[in-house]
Amino acid sequence: MQPPSTNYKKIILTLLITLTLFGIAFGTSYYFDTRKINQLHTVEDKISIDLLSSETQFSLLQELSCKDISTSVLSSELNSLADKITYSENNIGNDNVNVINLKKAYSLLEIKDYLLMKQITTRCGQKPIFVLYFYNNDSCADCTKQGYVLTSLRESYPNLRVYSFDYNLDLSAIKAMISIYKVPNELPALVINGKVYSGFQSIEAVEKTFPQLQTIKKKVVPKSTSSSTTTSTTTDSKSTNSTN
Amino acid sequence: MDSFYTIVFYSLAFCSTYVQVFFLVTFFEKRRSIVKHPHVLELKNYPTVTVAVPCYNEERTVRKTIESLQALDYPKDKLSIFLIDDGSTDTTWEVFKKFENTNGISIFKKENGGKHTALNLALSKCNTEFFGCLDSDSLVHPQALKRIINMFEGDPKAMSIVPSIIVLDPKNIIQNAQKAEYEMAIYIKKMLGFMGGIHVTPGPFSIFRKKVFDDLGEYRKAHNTEDQEIAFRMQENGYKIDHCNDAYVYTITPSSIFKLYKQRLRWVYGSINNMIDYRRLLFRKKYGTVAFFTIPAGIISIVSVVFVFFMLIYNIGKFVYTKFTQISTVGLSNYHNLNFDWFFFDTKTVFFFSIILYILLVTSVIIGRRMANEKRAISISVVYFIVIYSVLAPLWVLKAIFNSFISKESSWTLERIPSKT
Repeated sequence: MQPPSTNYKKIILTLLITLTLFGIAFGTSYYFDTRKINQLHTVEDKISIDLLSSETQFSLLQELSCKDISTSVLSSELNSLADKITYSENNIGNDNVNVINLKKAYSLLEIKDYLLMKQITTRCGQKPIFVLYFYNNDSCADCTKQGYVLTSLRESYPNLRVYSFDYNLDLSAIKAMISIYKVPNELPALVINGKVYSGFQSIEAVEKTFPQLQTIKKKVVPKSTSSSTTTSTTTDSKSTNSTN
Repeated sequence: MDSFYTIVFYSLAFCSTYVQVFFLVTFFEKRRSIVKHPHVLELKNYPTVTVAVPCYNEERTVRKTIESLQALDYPKDKLSIFLIDDGSTDTTWEVFKKFENTNGISIFKKENGGKHTALNLALSKCNTEFFGCLDSDSLVHPQALKRIINMFEGDPKAMSIVPSIIVLDPKNIIQNAQKAEYEMAIYIKKMLGFMGGIHVTPGPFSIFRKKVFDDLGEYRKAHNTEDQEIAFRMQENGYKIDHCNDAYVYTITPSSIFKLYKQRLRWVYGSINNMIDYRRLLFRKKYGTVAFFTIPAGIISIVSVVFVFFMLIYNIGKFVYTKFTQISTVGLSNYHNLNFDWFFFDTKTVFFFSIILYILLVTSVIIGRRMANEKRAISISVVYFIVIYSVLAPLWVLKAIFNSFISKESSWTLERIPSKT
């Protein structure tokens, strides 16, 4: 019979190496996550400055003609930011403090842009369509579908301004909007030009309710100029991904 | 659901990493003990050896197997070769007859009863000090027997010594994938040998002291994996099994996915059921490495394969569901954004863990290749191995688990399709 021998030194050494490898995997992941969050902070800061710049422009409105006002605050960068925040929620964690703070800051930027754009369009006599979209990240299959619909509408109507908000995000500004527009907790919910629509709204339903959308329908332009058209759109793809 | 998967993944990843690291630590601890015999070896004594070649419908390959045994650098009067026809329906027996009057070769024919019955017939006729088996789809290196006997001579406690098995002349991707797997197995077997935890004495040229069978009894059917059962029985009785890394045996491996599937189904089914049969060994101190390392590692590998498969299915299902919902909601027209951004590159811990596990796996293949005397450290076969086994292994493992539940055995006999005569 072979006497069993236990090499505790080797067992512990192996354990330490394994734990080190675990540490490397976690550490590397943490390093990249931190870098990503820092990148988001940078983008958010830049957008914040852009927004401040627009507000300043608006303050100077008396001295400017409407055509000089830039309406590209919520630029493609903010759309990209929305995608990245959604990705971070899914991959870094929607309970991560940094991600939650980024999301709050993003929501505030959206609200500021919404208010500013409303003022600018009123002042300049434009007739835009604003969509406030309230969703829930948990157990809301219709929110996912609504996200697809809004992204699709944004593709078709580049000047449609969609602002998406996590209904459950602990942010007083969002709670205030929910209260002002009397948004029910049956999600998804849309506030279109001040009117509340609860439950899933298909593309056809939205188009039927707002025939004026046709007035801002995307025009087919030659490829060389299409990019500038897209850049000037001020919508938000958050709606697409936030509920994934 | 995701957090459940993550917890299970980390647990399995930790155990798998631990096992791989343990092998590596053993390798660095014992690397100077890895014997490299001289090309031509002379022994002080040449004990008598019987090698049995059990055959069922092996007319195409057995001739070369026999010729490789005849070419062994070992005194002919000390080596007996038993050719056993286990009721073949092809011309295997006619091939045997051509060798009948050759020195040292005895031929036997019996009704089909499975490999273990053929080996037991050979054992009943065996009067030598050592006994071994050589599957009829394998060829031995001329120095293999000498090297194994040399190890026996140097270690009186060694009761069985298993060789390094190399894939013979791989021709397609399936065989090349197996080549990498067999190379890795050389390294793992060597490390298990150092640790005293070898759990299988493979059909191709594992050599035993005849005393093993005199003491422990003959081969058993053991779910058609008698080579696993005898190893477990030896471990239970404290009979040492070692590995001779430069005793090379070249084996023909399945050339198609279906043949590979059938072979592995039998192996995994046997492995599961032998582990169940010998579950009394698990975590019992007196059984040492097998109890605390080999069997748990086997269980972890089976669970991991099943888990990764279901994780893959879950993720694919989730992706398909998402796309289906997307398309059914808004149609196909609006999704053409293919811009790549490094931000979306997966940097989850699971991803880095997978990389670590793959690095450990590739390292195992590289060390195995060194032991197999391959010139290049790495080859494309390791990629074939990872890709093909990632897809196929879950299938045979799941089927083996299912068969274990319904007690449906795979057959060594049915695996060999009779050739037309």
